[in-house]
Amino acid sequence: MIKFNLFVLPFSFGLIYIVYSIISHYYKWIKALPAVDKVKLVTGLRTPSKILASLKEIFLESLIHRKLWKRNPLLGYMHMSFALGWFLLIVVGNLESRIYHGAYINAPYYPIFLKFFIHDRLVLFFEIFSVPAFFRFIMDFLLLFVLSGLVLAFIKRKKSRWFGMKTTTNHNLFDKVALTCLWLIFPLRLMAESYTAGYFNGGGGFLTQNLGHLLVLITPGPAVMIAYFFWWSYSLALGLFFIMMPYSRYMHIPSELLLIVFRHCGIQPRRWGSVFSDLEAHSCSRCGVCIDACQLNFAAGISDIQAVYLIRGQRDQYITEHIALTCMLCGRCQEACPVGIKIDSLRLIKRREIGSGQITDFSYLTQNHPGFADVVYFAGCMTHLTPSIHIAMEGIMKEAGINYLFADRNGSICCGRPLMLAGKDKQASELIEFNKTLIRQTRAKLLVTSCPICYKVFREEYNLPIRIQHHSQFILELVREGKIALQSQHRKVVYHDPCDLARGGGVYDAPRALLSKISDLIPSEKECADALCCGGSLGLMNASVQEKDMVTRNALESLLANKPDILATACPLCKKTFSKQSETEVRDIAELVYDAIPARVLLLK
Amino acid sequence: MIDFGYTLTRDRQFDYDRGDLRYYRLVRSLEPSIDLCIGCGSCSATCSAAQFTNLNIRKLHTVIRRGDTTSIKAGLRKCMFCGKCQLVCPRGVNLRNLILALNRAIEQLG
Repeated sequence: MIKFNLFVLPFSFGLIYIVYSIISHYYKWIKALPAVDKVKLVTGLRTPSKILASLKEIFLESLIHRKLWKRNPLLGYMHMSFALGWFLLIVVGNLESRIYHGAYINAPYYPIFLKFFIHDRLVLFFEIFSVPAFFRFIMDFLLLFVLSGLVLAFIKRKKSRWFGMKTTTNHNLFDKVALTCLWLIFPLRLMAESYTAGYFNGGGGFLTQNLGHLLVLITPGPAVMIAYFFWWSYSLALGLFFIMMPYSRYMHIPSELLLIVFRHCGIQPRRWGSVFSDLEAHSCSRCGVCIDACQLNFAAGISDIQAVYLIRGQRDQYITEHIALTCMLCGRCQEACPVGIKIDSLRLIKRREIGSGQITDFSYLTQNHPGFADVVYFAGCMTHLTPSIHIAMEGIMKEAGINYLFADRNGSICCGRPLMLAGKDKQASELIEFNKTLIRQTRAKLLVTSCPICYKVFREEYNLPIRIQHHSQFILELVREGKIALQSQHRKVVYHDPCDLARGGGVYDAPRALLSKISDLIPSEKECADALCCGGSLGLMNASVQEKDMVTRNALESLLANKPDILATACPLCKKTFSKQSETEVRDIAELVYDAIPARVLLLK
Repeated sequence: MIDFGYTLTRDRQFDYDRGDLRYYRLVRSLEPSIDLCIGCGSCSATCSAAQFTNLNIRKLHTVIRRGDTTSIKAGLRKCMFCGKCQLVCPRGVNLRNLILALNRAIEQLG
């Protein structure tokens, strides 16, 4: 017995289109992978543990939306109800359809429109535990689950603040059409099933059956025609949604699955961009979490450059220079992103496209042999702007009896990261090579820097065969080894996490451990991975000084909310930026340690 | 200047009417804060590259505004882009973007 009606055609065409589209996208992405990454993928797919890990993450992130739950439970529930609810509707609907169909294979549209084809009599109370009734109950429950998410989604569009979201994404036309279709699908299904159940007096569950009776009672006209109209609308909405999917943000659903597999196989974004970045761009659901995380948005009122717009631009190949260059690269959006997209690397790829043209000439950098030492200290340009930091560092190292060498004592040679932040990697490589030679010649075992910007680039780009430490880590080691004794000053100190040290370098604990030895460390509003940027970032190319000051003032407000005596930081650039506007004393961690050495304490008294 | 038929130093006169202001106009459209400069020279004093070379940001700025573009390129190539100049600027000139804009101008105008 063939069950068919003309209205299934829009859905069927849409389904064929989306299946074709997903397969062709997957094929394109896998085919375009660089050879090394292909090997990684094949090896990964042969490793059961990696497949299991991928499946687990797909379940937790794509269906349950765990990260979103942690960040915002209401948003988490909303996304889960759509993803998990719809997924289960498909799975359970398929199971139900097999029972009625009497065969294991049926047409793809059959489970979707099952209630149109099957409408048996009303289940009596004592039959409630029968198999069809069980399915009807589950299906209605799942539909209600999805509809509850839909109501939340609707409220979120109108009153995003109720969801703790200050700004929502400004969607384009494709997204708006797809969103409308998606929102229509489930109410239309509810109406179609209810009218059908009401007209045939059976076939519905607790929701559709009761609503059906009510609707048939209160609406004039032939219920069967109204039901038929809703079945057509339901099919059209589904079909149109599927056709819009590859052109809208909903492409993130299939893309994210592949992205998770890629990641578990160890594939990484590449410096000059690769198909992985394209896949990341397609995996963005444009949820807009990044917009609220961005300080340029909530502190400086710049709301058109956030990650979601960058990624949309990347996907549609139209990133403007304004979007690429207006960003502090602080990494807050990357930390907040529920999909875990490497946003900063996407932005840098675009900057490299823009900025590779400049010609530089660093042939003037010549050097004498620096001499030998155990520890080589690299202050960095920014530390030369705040000399009290390198004076303190030298004092500490002398106190500890370290055989050190001040690599850039006679003028700072840039580490190369500022050029790289402007997308000028090729130009930076000249500086990197120069500094590498300088550091190697000292035959030191340890490189210590006072600047987190240098610290990040030393670790990521220099490939040095020696240990690299930020001065907060280095001093903490000296204290733990008993090389310097410290005397706590018992002053209230708030610590500000510099972006490149904390989110960028993963150093959260060392500065805190050190500060708690010499002062009374008190917490601030936003700490560690959630810490704010000082606004002085060298990543931000084209914002005005007024806009930067707004970011700084906002960060200061948050940091000084608990009224500390001292604002401590571990970055000369943060210190410089904050000092300009802060009424509270701003000091680097090295200065505080230096002033806590007993001999200095006496001297200062 | 009285023309004696010889001079001791190179003639430093510059005719403003013949200045090539294309660079200035392009740079100003990309980074309007160029006009905020008061010529205090803090940028040059703190410049990392200036410790090793004769790169002079203030002078660069002056010659662009005058339209004397002959010496821009050689100087600009020495910039390490560290951004110290920008941090010390009392007028809030966005010097790093200014240098990016200047590079853009050189790319476009030759």
